[in-house]
Amino acid sequence: MELILIPILSGLIAAWAGKWSRWIALLGSIITGVLVVTLWSQFDPTKGFQFIFDKPWFSSAIHFKTGIDGIGLLLLLLINFLTPVILLSAFGKDKQSLVFALIVAMQGALNGVFLALDGLMFYIFWELALIPIYFIAGMWGEGDRFKTTIRFFIYTFIGSLGLLASLLYLYSKTPDPSSFSWEALVAVKLSVKEAIAVGAGLLLAFAVKIPILPFHGWQPKTYVEAPSFGSMLLSGIMLKMGLYGLIRWFMPLVPEALSFYNPIIVTLGIAGVIYGAYIAIRKKDLKGIVAYSSLSHVGLIAAGIATLSFTGLQGGLLQMLSHGVNAVGLFFAIDIIERRLHTRTLNQLGGIAKVAPLFSVLFIILVFGATAVPFTNGFPGELLLLKSIFSFHAWQGIIAGLTIILCAVYMLRLFQFSMFGKANNDQLTSFGALQWHEALGMMVLVLFVVFFGLFPQTLLDISGPSIQQLQQVIEQSKEVLS
Amino acid sequence: MSTLFLALLLPVFGFLFSGIAGKHLPEKITGWISSLTILGSFVLSVGIFNDVANATSGIAAVGFNFLSVGDVIVDFAIQADRLTSIMMLVITGIGFLIHVYSISYMHGDPGFYKFFAYLNLFVFNMLVLVMGSNFLMLFFGWEGVGLCSYLLIGFWYENESYGKAARKAFIMNRIGDLGLLIGLFLIIANFKSLNYTEVMAAASTGAVSTEIITAICVALFVGAMGKSAQIPLYTWLPDAMAGPTPVSALIHAATMVTAGIYLVVRCNVLFEMAPAAQQLILWVGLATSILAALIGLKQNDIKKVLAYSTVSQLGLMFIALGIGAYSAAMFHLITHAFFKALLFLGSGSVIHALGGEQDIRKMGGLKKAMPITYYTFLIGTLAISGMPLFSGFFSKDEILATLFAQNTVVWALTVISALITGIYMFRVFLVTFHGGFRGTHEQEHHLHESPALITFPLIVLALLSLLGGLINLPELFTHNNAQWLKHWLNPIIGASQESLHHPEHHTEWLLMAIAVGAFVVALLYTRNKYIAKQSIPESDAEMTELAKLSSNKFYVDELYDKAVVTTTEIVGDTLQKTDDGIFIGAIGGVNKLFGIIANGFKFIQNGKIHYYLLYMVAGIVIIMALNLFR
Repeated sequence: MELILIPILSGLIAAWAGKWSRWIALLGSIITGVLVVTLWSQFDPTKGFQFIFDKPWFSSAIHFKTGIDGIGLLLLLLINFLTPVILLSAFGKDKQSLVFALIVAMQGALNGVFLALDGLMFYIFWELALIPIYFIAGMWGEGDRFKTTIRFFIYTFIGSLGLLASLLYLYSKTPDPSSFSWEALVAVKLSVKEAIAVGAGLLLAFAVKIPILPFHGWQPKTYVEAPSFGSMLLSGIMLKMGLYGLIRWFMPLVPEALSFYNPIIVTLGIAGVIYGAYIAIRKKDLKGIVAYSSLSHVGLIAAGIATLSFTGLQGGLLQMLSHGVNAVGLFFAIDIIERRLHTRTLNQLGGIAKVAPLFSVLFIILVFGATAVPFTNGFPGELLLLKSIFSFHAWQGIIAGLTIILCAVYMLRLFQFSMFGKANNDQLTSFGALQWHEALGMMVLVLFVVFFGLFPQTLLDISGPSIQQLQQVIEQSKEVLS
Repeated sequence: MSTLFLALLLPVFGFLFSGIAGKHLPEKITGWISSLTILGSFVLSVGIFNDVANATSGIAAVGFNFLSVGDVIVDFAIQADRLTSIMMLVITGIGFLIHVYSISYMHGDPGFYKFFAYLNLFVFNMLVLVMGSNFLMLFFGWEGVGLCSYLLIGFWYENESYGKAARKAFIMNRIGDLGLLIGLFLIIANFKSLNYTEVMAAASTGAVSTEIITAICVALFVGAMGKSAQIPLYTWLPDAMAGPTPVSALIHAATMVTAGIYLVVRCNVLFEMAPAAQQLILWVGLATSILAALIGLKQNDIKKVLAYSTVSQLGLMFIALGIGAYSAAMFHLITHAFFKALLFLGSGSVIHALGGEQDIRKMGGLKKAMPITYYTFLIGTLAISGMPLFSGFFSKDEILATLFAQNTVVWALTVISALITGIYMFRVFLVTFHGGFRGTHEQEHHLHESPALITFPLIVLALLSLLGGLINLPELFTHNNAQWLKHWLNPIIGASQESLHHPEHHTEWLLMAIAVGAFVVALLYTRNKYIAKQSIPESDAEMTELAKLSSNKFYVDELYDKAVVTTTEIVGDTLQKTDDGIFIGAIGGVNKLFGIIANGFKFIQNGKIHYYLLYMVAGIVIIMALNLFR
């Protein structure tokens, strides 16, 4: 409850607070983060949903119902850890107060998405979370930002319609008194045909948001043309809505259709892995590289999740966190470069390592994290995901495994051409040291990269029991079916 | 904390110290503290070696649980058995010498502290690789050393071709890593464990079919191909010479590139059950050994010759592994670490004295000015070429003798490879150190013997190259304590080597005579060509077609460039066009449609749409909040 209201209220205040807005937003964001950590300290992984808050809303069927299990908690930790960092990245004095207002408001809306245990509430927050990002991309984007935002809007809007339609259908099938609550929707039994139809609606929303090939058309341009903090919000946090939707809503709601959909998702996910990687190899715009690498990474996560194995689900969750942190870190670094050199094109960069040693150390650790080098956060998740896909289907696992080669190609290209080599930019001499908020933000991210590279099990322990419970829910529904 | 962890973590301390504080400290302090952490690790390794000698099995220590998800249950656990303790001594011992050498060699480099930080990080990862008690730890170290290798090859990052070499090394290694990873997945799937002891024990019971074990072994060997630079994944190693010379000595000769050998020896139980995989190793090793030796014949960059030589010698070790002669492979791994590190460091001393010159055609006559470098390099050359009683003679002989008893064709081809090795090594040696000086006057004026920090490691390594054979003398030479290394490793590889035939004594004498014959032929041929006739290697225009082929490395790099790089670019560009056209463009049509509809309603809107939306959001929030507190 507070997790939703505090950020949104700070956002509303910050919008009109003028020069204080960035501090108000940061404060609100950090307070929320602290609250999440407090919840974590009281959280018992074995106990399913906890901290339940349930109150009728609009009508008796629609509740404002929130609760946290291990899966949700991990994502809440991610969001409330990343949002302050994103605020820090945007902390320059040149930004309008609305920027900070929107970022922190988005934190609140997203918390709502990951807390919601009521279908309609989930839908409302799902939509609400999109609004700030429309503004951000539309108001501060570059290039053909209006067209890009419209494209983004159309894609996501069509997806959302599917989500709403499916939720309404499931609602109509709940026994009297009808309810949108997660438990009620899960309990609905559908025929396989119905489940496939309902699943199509849900999947459409999630596949667009993740994005899974071929529903990714909105993503590259939106990432590239949105302002950096917008790209961070999108890649670090927003994408996780789709993957989370897959785990929390899609799978338990239509277990009857999973044997139909899962092989498709795995295949499309892997296709995205290869597809994104090859394009990333050829991109010359730094943000373009990260955009397509994101497509590649989330494809792997979606494929792992869709194996429905414990390894795949756990690996997927872990990698959602790691990818969030690494993508935010990479966009952060690119923003730092762009702010100083006013370009992101590879052949106009080079030689930065010489003038910015601290920055290059932080940057390269993030690059290694994204490349899934052992002892960085990217490794354990990727290992588990590949293992789960390999167990699902050996050849698909091997094809997905190509990512460890291709990712090295584009990531090293990204880093070397911008940081190493000869200086191709005459503004390089005035590159200057990192500002305090830049250094702080990057360091926090790097700490995360290294710590969870060594101790991933600390995170996995949070979600393990919840994943098992979820698997049981799905299995039971399947058994009833047969 | 156990000794094992201390030995492992001392280099991490060195890494952090050099990386964080090194920048602000004088070179000497950074360099020495960094070197001393490795020395500390070496001293502890000697202690561990002693403990292992007295223990029946290895010693082990568990750090913490790294992952336990489903059947992937892996601890951060390390161990030291007889194989590991030998590797630890090689890594930390040679590692220490090379650290000391680097204090002088890297003097004045702006990245001095960084160099030592990377070097320490490398030693740590290499220790993880050999000390890990499960396959995932091995993989950690495996990737970690690849990473350090990347950082160190591209150490002088302002040079773009160095950066390219670094990237090539990392990516080629990752191709191998994928193989290794698949091997790991197969092991988890079939053995439900990644621990060496459990996997090997389960394998011996025959619970897993030969086909699967063969698949596992082939996958693991693909990993070994990448790290140990075997066909087809060898072209990164010669390019890796872009790194500073101490790096070439430590990483690309003595330690990292032998990780593939270590892996196969570690898994000898599995490989013994997969004859098909062994055949593969044998032939890949043989082909690599000969091809690389042939290329080495016509290279004029002193470090490139040594690099191809390393590829060729690694091929020789794989030949030994292919016939199941594990102790012979380990023996050669150790002696090769001695003499190849020596040769690289010697070449570094020469390059240092000539102000960065690496082309042997512009050297010559360095004998007088650099006596210590000269004599130590001579010892290295004699050792690798198989001069009787030098370390390389014994280790090579061990492989050849065992080989003869298994497969005479491969034996004959390997002898030829050894002959070529002798020829290119004497060529480099004679052209570099004998004859007249062919460099500039400026260089001649500055010619000098390197300082003690450089010559000391050379002398120690020269002694080891000379005497290294003592650790595994053949039975022909001594009756007590013969083949110490083989007996030492017995608990690990004994069962696998039991059935290995060894030739009769008189045959072995004959084989030895043939090997010595090859050595003498190489010596006389090169002596005649480069000393009597005073010829220096021809320039490109004067070469025969065959020589050109060798000099151009058989155009394998160009072939790869065409086949892989170009294809990748084409695929990438095509996909990008598709993406722009179909997926991103598709919505354009819908866009237009919406545009037409929107035009109809245009009159409703007149202001800034953004602010309308903002008020709308505020309204929604208020309504929702009110609903909640109703």
